[in-house]
This record gives sequence, C-alpha cells and structure tokens, in this order.
Amino acid sequence: MEASATTSGGGRSVLERSPLSRLPDRALPWALTSLAALILALIAYFFIRLIGESGSTFSTFGLSFIFGNDWDVSRNIYHGLALVVGTLITSGIALVLGVPVAVSVALYITEMCPRRLRGPLSMLVDLLAAVPSVVYGLWGVFFLAPKLLPAEKWFANTFSFIPWIGGGASSATPTNYFIASLVLAIMILPIVSAIAREVVATVPSENKEAALALGATRWEMIRIAVLPYSRSGIVGGAMLGLGRALGETIAVVLLIGDAPVIGKHLFSQGYSLAAVIANEFGEATGVHRSALFAAGLVLFVLTLVVNIIARAYIARGARGARGQRKGGDAGTAVTAQGSVT
Amino acid sequence: MSSVALPKVSARRRRTDKVMRGTLLAATLLALVPLVLVIYYLLKQGLGAINGNFFTQDPTGSFFGSVGGVRSAILGSLEIVLLATVISVPIGIGVALYLTEYGNDSRFASVIRYFVDVMTGVPSIVFGLFIYITLVLAHTGGNFTGWKGSIALALLMLPIVIRAAEVVLLLVPASLREAALALGAPRWRVITRVVLPTSASGLITGALLAVARAMGETAPLLFTTAGAAGLTFSLSQQMNAMPLQIYNDILSPRQVVVQQAWGLGLTLVAIVLILNVIARAISRRSRVG
Repeated sequence: MEASATTSGGGRSVLERSPLSRLPDRALPWALTSLAALILALIAYFFIRLIGESGSTFSTFGLSFIFGNDWDVSRNIYHGLALVVGTLITSGIALVLGVPVAVSVALYITEMCPRRLRGPLSMLVDLLAAVPSVVYGLWGVFFLAPKLLPAEKWFANTFSFIPWIGGGASSATPTNYFIASLVLAIMILPIVSAIAREVVATVPSENKEAALALGATRWEMIRIAVLPYSRSGIVGGAMLGLGRALGETIAVVLLIGDAPVIGKHLFSQGYSLAAVIANEFGEATGVHRSALFAAGLVLFVLTLVVNIIARAYIARGARGARGQRKGGDAGTAVTAQGSVT
Repeated sequence: MSSVALPKVSARRRRTDKVMRGTLLAATLLALVPLVLVIYYLLKQGLGAINGNFFTQDPTGSFFGSVGGVRSAILGSLEIVLLATVISVPIGIGVALYLTEYGNDSRFASVIRYFVDVMTGVPSIVFGLFIYITLVLAHTGGNFTGWKGSIALALLMLPIVIRAAEVVLLLVPASLREAALALGAPRWRVITRVVLPTSASGLITGALLAVARAMGETAPLLFTTAGAAGLTFSLSQQMNAMPLQIYNDILSPRQVVVQQAWGLGLTLVAIVLILNVIARAISRRSRVG
C-alpha cells in the first residue's frame, strides 16, 4: 500500500528521476575527468614528439651536444655547452641579484610597512610581472644597456683583479651576460616576492609576539621568528623564479649578445638555450633544426627538474603552515603568476 | 608599586635594527625603480610615435618611406588571444570543476594538480616548439597560421586558468552546495546554477589575468603564427601580433621603426595594465574570492 503511494505508472518511485534526466549527472563526471586526463595525455604526447624530433641530434652528437663547446652552424656542428653555460650563468646571476631584493620587499610589506600602504605596494610590485618580456627587451636594448655601459666599464676596470667578474673592460659591449641577468632579475622579482609574501604571512603571530615579548627588536623578530619559519617556502619561491629565468626567451635574446661562445667575463657576450632557438629558428633546416629541438628538450627538462624541486620545497613550507592558509586576493594574485598551494 | 625599569636595548642592537629596517625599505624602493623607469621611457618615447596613422594603417615593413601604423598588430593580437581564451577558459574551468567537485583528494586529482603546477613552469618557448612540431611541421591546415598561435597561447593560459578557478571554486561554501542538493537538485544543476554563478566573478578575474599574460607573449607566436605585416581577419593565415611586431621592430636598423616599437610597447602595456586593473576590480567586488 505504501509502495503504491510512492510509485507512479512506470513502477518507479516518484522521488526517483527519469533515466533521461539522470543522464547529465552520469555524463558530467566522466566528461570532466576525461578533460583532465586529456591534459596529461597531451603533455605526454608533446614530450614524446619533442624527444623524437631531437633524437637525430643526440644520436649524431651524443652527450657532447651538452658538454662539447663548439656551436658552428656553417660546419653543421652543434655542441651546445656555451648555450647551457650561458643559460645557467644568466639565471644564476639573476637569482643573486633578484632574490635578496624580492625577499626584502616581501618582509617590508608584511612586517614593517603601514597597513594602509600594504595593498598599493604589493600591487606595484605585481605590476612588474604585468610588463611583457618583449617590452623589457625593448627597454633593455635602447635604454638600460647603453646607459649602463660606462658603469660596467668602470666596474670592470676597478675590480679587474677579481677573476671573471672584473676585467675585459675594453671588450665590454652593450649586450652581455650581466645586462641579460639584470633584466631577468627584474622579471623574476615579482614572482619570488609574491610567493615570499604569501609564505611570510603564514608565520603564526604567536611566534612573532613571543619574540617581541622576549625583548627582540623588530629586525631580531624577523631574523629569529619569521625567516626560519618561512625558509623552505622562500627557497621554493626562488626556485620557481629560477625556472622562469631559465626559460625566458625574448628579453634574453635581445640582451645576451647571441655569440655561441662561453664568455670570458661577466661583461662579455654569450648565448642561452632559449635565445638560440628563437634566433636561429627562422633559417634552420635538417640537422640544425633538430639541434634546436634538442636545445628545447634540454631546456624543458632543466625547467621541469627545477620546478619539481621548487614544488617540493613549497609543499614542505606549506605543511609547516597548514591551518594558517591565507586565501582571497593574495591567493589569486599569486596563482596568476607562479601558482602556490 | 614601583615600576621596574626594563633593561635598555643595547646601542649595537638598536643600530642593527635601524640599519636592517633601512635596508628593507631601500630594497623595496629599489624594486620599484625599474617599474618607474620602464613606464617613464614607454611614455616618453612611445607617445611621440602615436600619430594619426598609428592605429589606422598597417606596417609597411619597407626599408624606405613611411612605416605605416600598427593596426594589423593590434587586431591580430586581439583575434589570436580571443581564440586562445575561447579554447582555454572552458577547458580550464572544466578541469577545475573536476578537481573541486569530483576529484577532491583522490590520487588522480592530485596527479592532475601536480602536472598543472609543473605546466606553469614550462617556458613559453617550449609550448611554441610543441605546436610547431605537432601542427606546423605536419602542415595541418597550412604552415604558420593564427590559430596555431592561439593553441600555443591556450596551452600557456590553461594552468593559470585552472589554478585560479580552483581557488575560487573552493571558496564556494559547502553549505550552498548541500542546500541545493537537499532540495533535490541533481549534481550538474548544482554546478551550473549554484557553484558557477557564485564564483563567476572570481572565474572572470582568473581568465582576465590569463588573457593579460597571453597578450604579451612573443616566443610561442614566433614558431606558430610567424609574422606578417598586412591586415588579415583570417586565423588560417600568417598573422601579425603586437609582441611579434615589437620584436621585429627592435631588430630594425631604422630609427622610425624603433620609434614605432616604443609606441606599440606603450599600447601593449596599456592594454595589459587595463586588463589587470579590471581583473582586480572584479575580484574586489565579488562575494567569494
């Protein structure tokens, strides 16, 4: 009797939906899951194709593609050590120049500046990330490089006793390792700073107040309470910045000088993996093109490894700070640039 | 009761504190110097280049005579990025919906999350190479075309859209979902009628930030769209785009062409900044996120 009350003509419960109206509910999870799977498949496919296309280079030159120093298009010899070294040098210097500034900015904004200034200041620093790399290239080529050349020459002369960093003043050109690194440092600054800001904001106020209550000055509080707590997050942010610097193309190709040799000084011209691809791509065919694909593969793997390490550090930092996560505006802003959990 | 005098902070510690505070402030100001300089020089050099023909003519690309304007670059960029947005935003929001509504903490979802994170770190030039290998070398529908550039940019935008969308979708209160489900709404109706409308402004913010990023990317277009001076509305041809035009102009020996690059750079930065400002304004007014 009760059953007859809840069943309609078709013999199914009135509370039950018709098979047709249940269809979207069945289909949607499948559709969304396969969409997500599609992305994985796509990345895997691209990766395999890239390996395939650069295969002939690695079979011809073997490991000397990475460790041999002789990139000569006219003789069709592609030993890319100069490119790898140039990539690492410029990214390394960019980190040395950019990370301390980025972390200082994050500390100033979160710990020291008046509350009213916090929002506008973070926004200004974030704006640095909004400037496209080709515009940094434009600015670097026609403003920064010529303006800094005299200063570079003076520096190279004055500190000529320091190996590699000094010296070579006579051969200094407007485009060189240093100027490329400087622009890279400017470009990674907002990313590193945004992540450092996020991480520093997760330091529990108990820790900070405890330090202050023990009589620490503000800087001592930062040194003993804030920095140790957020160290792994900051390292992760720096690594993300490194990944960005390694792969930056257009600003570097315009500023590094595009000479396929290992520069003898900080102020000599060089080349980077990304720059060589962008610059030589137009006229490349056959072995040359395959070599450029191989350069792309090396770059891809390099940035992949750096990013994986960065994620590990950031995850470790986040584990320490779980439960104190800050969402909202800061979260979205960072997601847009570097993406942080 | 007599007040106990606290021991004075030693002069050395006070000095260190002052110096370090000063250093942090100086570093912050130092970080803003490039921003000021870039914008100042863009305005100084760029405003001069913007004349009557700047937005109404196409670049001539010739070594003599008039350099023309930048119309094809601006329209080309808009078309390419529009198509990239149409591709990447629905897919990105779909994946984010999978992550928040179905995947949650499952192993597959965390794998996806991880790879999306890793994808953010892939250099844009590598995305260009991917598309070059799979679509340009295979001559799929012509060699260099606008739509291939769109796909390369869409790949670049995807992780940005997914991560931003996931953050805002997670902010939709579970009680809203539960209320809708308790009223008998099927899951898909809950998503389309409750989850998506509630987070709409946050989703738009994420999409706009991705668009702003894609607008300025040069490297992926270099291998997929190549450049062309003339105006075309057909995405199946070589197209001009703002970053490509700037890049080519920088390499030009002609002073007037370089001047044009400054003008176009100013235009590009203005567009990107406006997109950023709109995105921030929307996110500030939203109910969630």
